[in-house]
Amino acid sequence: MAIRRTYLRPMDGWWRRDPFFLRYMAREATSVFVVAYALILLWGLVRLAEGEARFDAWLAWLASPLSVAFHVLLLAVFAYHTWSWFAIMPKTMPPVVVGGRRLPARAITAAGVAVAVAASAALFALATVLA
Amino acid sequence: MRKRSSQPFFWLLFGAGGMLSALLGMGLVLVTGVAAPLGLEPPSVMSYGDVLAFGRNGAGKAFLFAVVSLFLWHGAHRIFHTLHDLGVHAGLVAKLACYGGALVGTVVAAAALLWIGF
Repeated sequence: MAIRRTYLRPMDGWWRRDPFFLRYMAREATSVFVVAYALILLWGLVRLAEGEARFDAWLAWLASPLSVAFHVLLLAVFAYHTWSWFAIMPKTMPPVVVGGRRLPARAITAAGVAVAVAASAALFALATVLA
Repeated sequence: MRKRSSQPFFWLLFGAGGMLSALLGMGLVLVTGVAAPLGLEPPSVMSYGDVLAFGRNGAGKAFLFAVVSLFLWHGAHRIFHTLHDLGVHAGLVAKLACYGGALVGTVVAAAALLWIGF
């Protein structure tokens, strides 16, 4: 049987072809940073279980310039995650009808981002007050 | 009868983790990674004593467990489904690596939180 040489469209770097794909990949890439942050916290939990000296060593690492710079990057990535999460939300949730009209996607996204900013600010304030 | 897909279960964990990280991720990173190390919060906010007391409290323990485990399940599910887009075959090995990794992290988090007591 003859070998068929069908044309295969090269897919290398396909996501760089279109800004829409680029945004899609940026949104998916946030997951790597969410995992990285979860592992930093998990590492802290293990250090907490190991005792005060080990926990303080973890705190010292958190205060290093490399860690602070990474967390500033994490902050930007989490902000993008928040925005993209609520940007998709109108497509993943059932339609909301208010007064006979379907609630526009932009309103859902804006409400979600507003709640997230308020919740994060409340967490920050609560940590300051309870400390 | 067809074998039921396990994906709705993983999607639920992905969704819960995605929502939690979208709502509180910025605040958490700001407190633990930026404000506390730079001294913008009272020094006790991340001190051993206060974090231990928080972790021994039932609600605090549940919160820490939810944050760490759900963030991991969220990331694992999303990474698993993005592998195909990067030209990596998302087969059994990839599935075990992604979801297995999240499971190991969840068990370690639970063990550490139980270890510190109540």
